[in-house]
Amino acid sequence: MDPGRNNKNGIGAPVMAVTYLFVAVFLGMMFFVCRYAVVNRQDLLNNSYNGRQQLLSSKNRRGTIYARNGEVLAKSDTGENGKETREYPYGNMFAHAVGYATHGRAGVEALGNYYLLQSNAPLSEKVSMDAAGAKYIADSVYTTLDVKLQETASKAMGVYRGAILVSEVSTGKVLAMVSKPDFDPNKIEDIWDSLVADNESGTLLNRTTQGMYPPGSTFKIVTALEYIRENPENYRDYRFQCSGSYSDGTDRINCYHGQSHGDEDFARAFAKSCNAAFADIGVGLDKRKFEDTLEGLLFNRELPVNIVYSKSHIEVKPESSNAEMMQIAIGQGTTGMSPLHLNMITNAIANGGQVMKPYLIDRVENSIGTVIKQFTASAAGDLMTPEEAEALKEIMRGVVEEGTASRLKGLSYTAAGKTGSAEYSNVKEESHAWFTGFAPASEPEISVTIIIEGAGSGGEFAVPIAKRIFDAYFGVS
Amino acid sequence: MELYITELSKYVINLLMAFYAYESFAVFRYREESRRNGIYTRQNMLMLSIHFSCFMVICFETGDISYLFFYAFQQMVLFATAVLFHMVYPRANRLIINNMCMLLSIGFVILTRLSYEKAVKQFVIVSVSIAMAIIIPFFVHKLKFLKFLTWIYAAAGIAALSVVLFLGRATYGSKISYSIKGVTFQPSEFVKIIFVFFLAGALYESASFFQVAVTAAVAGIHVVILVVSKDLGSALIFFTVYVLMVFVATGNRLYLLAGAGGGAVAAFLAYKLFSHVQVRVQAWRDPWSKIDSGGYQITQSLFAISSGGWFGLGLFEGTPQSIPFVEADFIFSAIAEELGIIFAMCLILVCISCFVMFMDISLKLNDRFYQLIAFGLGVTYIFQVFLTIGGGTKFIPLTGVTLPLVSYGGSSVMTTLIMFAVVEGLCMVRADEEQESRGKGTERKRPEGKGGMGSAKNADDVEEEQDGRKGKRRNSETAGEKRKGRKDRENG
Repeated sequence: MDPGRNNKNGIGAPVMAVTYLFVAVFLGMMFFVCRYAVVNRQDLLNNSYNGRQQLLSSKNRRGTIYARNGEVLAKSDTGENGKETREYPYGNMFAHAVGYATHGRAGVEALGNYYLLQSNAPLSEKVSMDAAGAKYIADSVYTTLDVKLQETASKAMGVYRGAILVSEVSTGKVLAMVSKPDFDPNKIEDIWDSLVADNESGTLLNRTTQGMYPPGSTFKIVTALEYIRENPENYRDYRFQCSGSYSDGTDRINCYHGQSHGDEDFARAFAKSCNAAFADIGVGLDKRKFEDTLEGLLFNRELPVNIVYSKSHIEVKPESSNAEMMQIAIGQGTTGMSPLHLNMITNAIANGGQVMKPYLIDRVENSIGTVIKQFTASAAGDLMTPEEAEALKEIMRGVVEEGTASRLKGLSYTAAGKTGSAEYSNVKEESHAWFTGFAPASEPEISVTIIIEGAGSGGEFAVPIAKRIFDAYFGVS
Repeated sequence: MELYITELSKYVINLLMAFYAYESFAVFRYREESRRNGIYTRQNMLMLSIHFSCFMVICFETGDISYLFFYAFQQMVLFATAVLFHMVYPRANRLIINNMCMLLSIGFVILTRLSYEKAVKQFVIVSVSIAMAIIIPFFVHKLKFLKFLTWIYAAAGIAALSVVLFLGRATYGSKISYSIKGVTFQPSEFVKIIFVFFLAGALYESASFFQVAVTAAVAGIHVVILVVSKDLGSALIFFTVYVLMVFVATGNRLYLLAGAGGGAVAAFLAYKLFSHVQVRVQAWRDPWSKIDSGGYQITQSLFAISSGGWFGLGLFEGTPQSIPFVEADFIFSAIAEELGIIFAMCLILVCISCFVMFMDISLKLNDRFYQLIAFGLGVTYIFQVFLTIGGGTKFIPLTGVTLPLVSYGGSSVMTTLIMFAVVEGLCMVRADEEQESRGKGTERKRPEGKGGMGSAKNADDVEEEQDGRKGKRRNSETAGEKRKGRKDRENG
C-alpha cells in the first residue's frame, strides 16, 4: 500500500485548477497592462502631472508646426543664451488654431504636443547633435490649415468678434479656424496675466469650438430636417400665409424686422427664413421624434473630435410647451450651439448624410522628412439619410438663389447655405450674424460656418465673408 | 558612439530577455531534469549577458566606470549561486535557481540605477541571505520532525506578528517593522513561511472539518493582527493562502466558495470601516480626478509604464524617481519605463515560470505535508507578485507589497530566498521518494524482504500511518479512487 499515491491523486486536480487560475489571471493582467500603456500613451504624456514632458523638452527642441502648403506656423529657436524661444511668424492670425505652448497649451500645440516633444531623428543626426552639445530636433507637425483661407477669413472678420470655421467636406480637414478677439502668441509671456484677468472679452476662448451661441435661423436646417422626416412624402405641400408674425395664445413670434412674407411653401419659407412659418412647423412637430433627431445630430452629446470644445445643448421634452417649441424651431430660447457643431451638420448635408471627423493634423514628420505618422480621414457616422441630405441641399440652394443669401448668387461657382440672425438680448434688437454653407452646391468641396457677434443680419454681414472665403478658395479675384 | 551602444542595447536586452523567458517555459517540455541541462546552461549565459549589457549601459550613461566593480561583485555572487547550488545539491531543480538569479540580477540593475546606496545595501543582504539559504535545502530534506511542529509554527507566527503590533514602528500609518539594534525586520515577511508550514502540518494531520475550523481560527488571528497593524497586503496574502491550501488539502470546492464569500464580506467591511482602504479603492477606480489626494502614486506609476514604450527609454533615460516608493512598491513600473514593456512582460513570465515549477514539484511529491508546503509557498509567491504588479498598473487596487527578489527590502528578499531554498529541499525529498518507490518496486517481488536503508525508512512510514491517522487515510483513499474511477470512465 502506498498512501502517498492516493494523496497525489487527491491533490492533483485542485493544484492544477489553482495553477490554471493564476496563469489565466496573469495573462489577463499582462494584456491589460500592455493595452493600457499603449492606448493611453498620449493622454498620459500630456497630463500636467507627468514630469516626463519636462524631461523630453530638456532633450529635444520642440518641433515645428507647418501649414498644409509648408508655411511655418510655429517654430523653436535656441537663442545665444541657450534659452529656447517659440516663434509664431503669423502672429495673431493663427492664435487659436495653432495656440500656444507656455502657460498650458492650446490649439495644435496642445493637440500635437506628444509629437512635438518626441524626436524620431535618425540616430546619426542625434550622435552629431550630441557631439555639438545641442538638443535633438523633435518631430514636426503638418497641419491641414491653409494660410490663404485663414488670412482671408481673419481679414474679412476685421475688428468684429466671432468665429469662422472652414473645412473640407469629404475629409473633415479643418482649413481655417479664426476666432476673435485674438492675441499674439509671440507675446504670450507678457500678456498672459492680463488675458487671464480679463473676464469680459474671452480672448483665450476658441470661439469656433468653445463658443456657445444661439443658432438663430441656422437652426431651421434642423427643424426642416425633422419636418421632412415626419412628412417625407408631402413636406413640399406645406403652405403658410405669413403676415409678419405667428401667435399661439399670448405667445407671439415675429419675422425678422417684422417683415411679412405672404403666401409661401416649405422651400420659400426656408429661403426667406420666415420665423412665423417655422414657429407654425415647430408647434406641430412630434416632440419624441424630434428628441431622437436632435440626439442623432449630436445635440447634448460629445462630438467625435479630440479638440477642446463645448457641448451643444437644447431642451426638447414631451412636455415642452408650444411657446417653447416656437422658440426652439427658430433657434432661439435656451438652445446653445458651437460653430464647430453647426459646421459638422453642414458637412453632413454636403456629404450625403455622412459626417467626417474634423481634424487639424495631417501628418508627423521627423527632422529629415520621413513620415512618422499619417492621419487619414475617418467617418464619424451618418447624421441623416442621403435622401434627407439631398432635400436639405435643395432648400439651402434656394436660400442662395431666392432667399437671404442672395449675395452668393450668380457667381462662377454655386453655393448653398443658410443664414441666421440670432438675437442674444431680450432688450436690444441686436443680433449675431450667422452663415453656414458649402460650395460648389452640386459637388461640395468646402464648407464655411461664420458667426459675427452683434453685427446684425446674417445675410448682410456673414454672407459677404463667406463669399470672400469661397472666392479665395476657387481662385476668383 | 555611446548613443549607438545605448540605443542598440535596448533592443539587445529585450531580445535576450525574451529568449530567457522562452527558455524558462521550454524547460517544461522535458520530464527529466537531466534532459534540461542545455536549457539551463543557455539560461545562465542569457542572464550573464543581460546583466552585463545593463551595466555597460549604466557605465556609458553615467560616465562612471566604478560601477564595474559593483557589477563584478554582483556577477560573482550570481554566478556562484547558480553554480554552487547545483554542485551542493545536484538533485535540486535548476530552473528555480536560475529564475531566482535572473530576478535578483534585474533587481540589482534597476536598484543600482535608482539608488546606488540602496543597491549596495540590498546586495549585502542578498549575499548573506544566499549564504544562509544554501544550507536550508539540507535541513528541509533531513529534518523529518518539521512535520510535527504544527502548533509551534502557529505560536511562533502569532507571537512574531504580535511583537510588531505592540512594539513595532509605524511607517506611513502601517505597523510592519521592528528594529533590533538598528537592524529593521519586517516579521510579516518571515511569518509567511512559518504560516505555510503550520497549515501544511495541520492539514497533513487531518483534513476533517474540525481541523479546518481550528486552522481557520489560527489563520484568522494572523489576519486580524495584520489588519489591525494596517498591513492589508500581507493580510490579503495570508487569507488567500489559507483558503487555497484548505481547498487543495480537502479537494472540497465548498471551502473555495466559502473563502471567496468570506473574503468578499471582509473586503466590504474593510472598505466601510477603514478610510485608507476607501482611498485606495477610489484611487484605483479613478486616479485621474484624485491625483492630488490618493491617486498620485498610481498615476505616476502609469506615466512611467506608458512612457517607456515596448523597448523602454533606456537606463537613466527616464524619470522613475517621480514615483514615490519606487524601489519597493513600484519597481515594476521603473523596469517598464527604462527597460521596456516587453522586458517587463518577460519578467512576469519568469515569475509565472517559478510558480508553475513550484506547482509541478507539489504534484510530483508523494508526501502530503511536502506537497502542501510546495503548493503553499508557490501561492504565497505568485499572489504577492500579483498584488504588487496588479496594484502598480491599476489592474487591482494598490496594496503596497514588494515584488519578491526584485524590490528593495531586506526582509522581503531574504524571505523569498528562504522560500526558494525550501522548495529546493522539497526537490530532494522528491528524489528520495522516487528512489524509495523504485526500491519498493523490487522489494515487492521478494515477499517479506527487509533490509537496507530504503526499506528501513519504509517501515517507519508504515508505523506512522498506523498511529491515529487511519481515518484521514481512508478518506483520501476513497476520494482518490473515486477520481480514478472518473478518469477511467473518461478514458473509456
